[in-house]
Amino acid sequence: MSQEYRLRIKTLFMVLLMVLCANLGDLMLKRGMLQIGAVQISPSGIWHALLSTIHNGTIWLGILFLIGFTLCYMTAVSWADYSYVMPAGAFGYAVQTLLAVVVLHESVNAQRWIGVVLIVTGVLLVGQTYPTTTGAKPVAS
Amino acid sequence: MIKVILMLIFFICCSTGGEIAMTHGMKQVGEPEGFRPRALLRFLGKAVRNGWVWFAVPLLAASFYSLLVLLSWAPLSVVIPASAFNYVVGTFGAKYLLKEQVSAKRWMGVVMVCAGVLLVLVTG
Repeated sequence: MSQEYRLRIKTLFMVLLMVLCANLGDLMLKRGMLQIGAVQISPSGIWHALLSTIHNGTIWLGILFLIGFTLCYMTAVSWADYSYVMPAGAFGYAVQTLLAVVVLHESVNAQRWIGVVLIVTGVLLVGQTYPTTTGAKPVAS
Repeated sequence: MIKVILMLIFFICCSTGGEIAMTHGMKQVGEPEGFRPRALLRFLGKAVRNGWVWFAVPLLAASFYSLLVLLSWAPLSVVIPASAFNYVVGTFGAKYLLKEQVSAKRWMGVVMVCAGVLLVLVTG
């Protein structure tokens, strides 16, 4: 297997894991906050919401996924360019739209579909470039 | 209006500045030796001892809170384009601060992603 092929595969894997963790994290936070209910904007309301979030397992699961996202991001940029990982991560917006249609059966308007097509095309264009251009250290010593 | 513009500039600077500092720090750390738990723990240990990573953390926290403040001050139609604009500012930062080679194809991809995110978020 060539070095370039390995580099592309591991970058793709890390970006996909990053997008998966971010989407699942957001989903869990949303679900957790729905379980807690609308936060009342008053000192006692905010205090009550804080205590509820600490005792909510779904919120903690969401936080765990978001920590996973941060670790994947840190790992990806340890070898790949920032200008490669950052736009590739936007692929998550396209996945969110697809999930909204397939899982939640939401209707999506034409403008949003055009946005998804632009994101996917943009990510494919960035994906065709070489992931690292700065001669980063190959392995931590 | 001036305070919203100043906060938007602060948000973009903190967000891209934090991510660029994190990338610079992680490049110094180098990639993990493997994906086994021990190698990953050693990698993480090196990352938490890197000054640039710690420089990035408060910047990213400030960008998160400034976004919350912006959302309470200005309508989404003002805040969302600023978030999408981050992709372009970030690419300039990558080119001039991190010395990455941003080809015409990568620029085209970034601009398309930026426009796409704008459309998805505005209609979301």
